[in-house]
Amino acid sequence: MSDYVTLREPYAARRQQSDADFLGMYVFLATEAMLFGALMCLTFMYRAEHPQASALAARQMQLWIGAANTGILLTSSLFVALGVQAAREGGRRMTAGMLGAAMALGVLFLALKGAEYGLDYKDGLMPVVGHPSPVREGPAGLFIDLYFIATALHALHMAIGLAVLGTTAALVLRGAKQLPQQAVVVEMSGLYWHFVDVVWVFLFPLFYLARG
Amino acid sequence: MSRQTLTLVGVWAALMALLAITVGATFGPFGAWKPAINLAVAFCKAGLIFWVFMHLREQRGVARVIALAFLLWLSILMGLTLADVLSR
Repeated sequence: MSDYVTLREPYAARRQQSDADFLGMYVFLATEAMLFGALMCLTFMYRAEHPQASALAARQMQLWIGAANTGILLTSSLFVALGVQAAREGGRRMTAGMLGAAMALGVLFLALKGAEYGLDYKDGLMPVVGHPSPVREGPAGLFIDLYFIATALHALHMAIGLAVLGTTAALVLRGAKQLPQQAVVVEMSGLYWHFVDVVWVFLFPLFYLARG
Repeated sequence: MSRQTLTLVGVWAALMALLAITVGATFGPFGAWKPAINLAVAFCKAGLIFWVFMHLREQRGVARVIALAFLLWLSILMGLTLADVLSR
């Protein structure tokens, strides 16, 4: 384990402390995986029950916005990973800069998602609001609702992730967190961001690519 | 570029290639295999992100098992649910 890490109470060794840090975060992320996993299970079930209606609904979605957003998120994850590496090397400005770049891509993701919801509204895909499109009649409507629930819940996690990265970058930049001694703060924020990325990696094929 | 940086950029390039494959397969003549291809690609992407970006490769055995234990619970949830739906 890295010698630069400050050993805290109640740990006897740096390796033990690092294990505890990572285990805690992995267990928290597992609970998030169960939250999204239940939604994904429901969607799998619905696709199996109504294959044609699900494919019809999926063809209404903005495939290219979804694909662009996947690329944007994967790239933001690279910047977060580079930020963690910089933190371990003690580069304060480099770390904050990398996290800032990831945040800019995260904001771009949310902006595209918002524009996409605007197009969905125009197409009459949204539940309750707007003039409902004929596609919403029958079982396709519920698949579209599942898409909105899953992507909105993911967008909420993106917003939380942006707040986490922003706070981390500010703490690092102000020197409130010392690098590389407290690089664990950047590592844990990074884990959350990567996890939200993994969720999208599954949501994208589950909804946008279910075109039949 | 250092070796670590090169690894991270390499993983990113692989992730982008997998994205191209999964979108490309949607327009290919793969019929009923498309969901399987898409799911396989998603697992490859998630595997790369977990192993490298989420530091699983730096962890010891027990941390890896705990980090991936949710897969067991999810497979029980999905297995039992889909066993019902698909066998009706």
